[in-house]
Amino acid sequence: MMAIPKFLTGSSELNVSGPKIIGSFQIGSITINFTETIILEWIVMAVILFGAWFLTRDLKVKGISKRQAIAEWAVEAITNLVRDTMGARWLSFTPYIATVFLFSICGSLLSLTGLRAVTSDFSVLVSWAVITFVMITATKIRFDGLGGYLKGFMSPVPVMLPLNILSEIATPAALALRHFGNIAGGGVITALIYYGLTGASRALGLEIPLLTIGIPAVFSLYFDLFSGFMQAFIFCMLTMVFISNAAPSEDET
Amino acid sequence: MDLNEAIVYAGSAIGAGLAMIAGIGPGIGEGYAVGKACEAIARQPEASGAVTRTMFVGCAVAESTGIYGLIIALLLMFLKPFT
Repeated sequence: MMAIPKFLTGSSELNVSGPKIIGSFQIGSITINFTETIILEWIVMAVILFGAWFLTRDLKVKGISKRQAIAEWAVEAITNLVRDTMGARWLSFTPYIATVFLFSICGSLLSLTGLRAVTSDFSVLVSWAVITFVMITATKIRFDGLGGYLKGFMSPVPVMLPLNILSEIATPAALALRHFGNIAGGGVITALIYYGLTGASRALGLEIPLLTIGIPAVFSLYFDLFSGFMQAFIFCMLTMVFISNAAPSEDET
Repeated sequence: MDLNEAIVYAGSAIGAGLAMIAGIGPGIGEGYAVGKACEAIARQPEASGAVTRTMFVGCAVAESTGIYGLIIALLLMFLKPFT
């Protein structure tokens, strides 16, 4: 949805498009496209993997290094967040939450470098939402049994069946759309700001669009930094709330 | 551009603008939620962490309708499904 803003020449025309298709291959009659997003996701994964490897090198019990202190702080922060939100019995979900959180932040902050944000591709968010949906459903089946889960669609009265199915599908759909809408919308607005400022500096008779220096940074602070962190946090928060709500509360079990 | 296409383009642009009226609801709702959160923190400053977290999640849920409007607007503007 977002065009990479050309920093030096200025984008003379508004170009808002989806991720570029780099290559494609065929399996039978199905064409599978390789998009820009996949390459960028690999880069993000490599960065996260390298960061994790770098921070956890030669761990010690006593006399810890700065690297280890950072790693311990990060792990502790996420663990505390999960414990506060879901309760101590759900601590096994910490790795998933931490992964999504890191991936989402790094994917959104990619737009600061001028590349496309990974999270402004709908398919990425849909895949995360599907994972969350599977987890919610698995938790429901684990605690209520398959029969109880299916019976849940009929509650409180069987007439509610279509509405219950709809609300079940709406959960992951809203989860994915919220994150996607925020990041992609921010990207579109950034592209519009560049387009508008380029036009304004043309109108002032400047060859190089000098107005695009500095002013977009203010908006980028909100749309890239704040929005990116906020959406990562909210995605994880809602995932945790949905999963822990799928089970009966602690004193009932 | 012939007349039919022009009408479709104009309709899409107007529709995208109209879809963004959906922004009113989340604006009012989130403002109200944040105001209440401020009151709650003023009353109980020690609960500010929990209040802020709950407020952000509530804001995110309230924002959904606005985001749906935004997505419809983006679809109309850039995918032009009716041409």
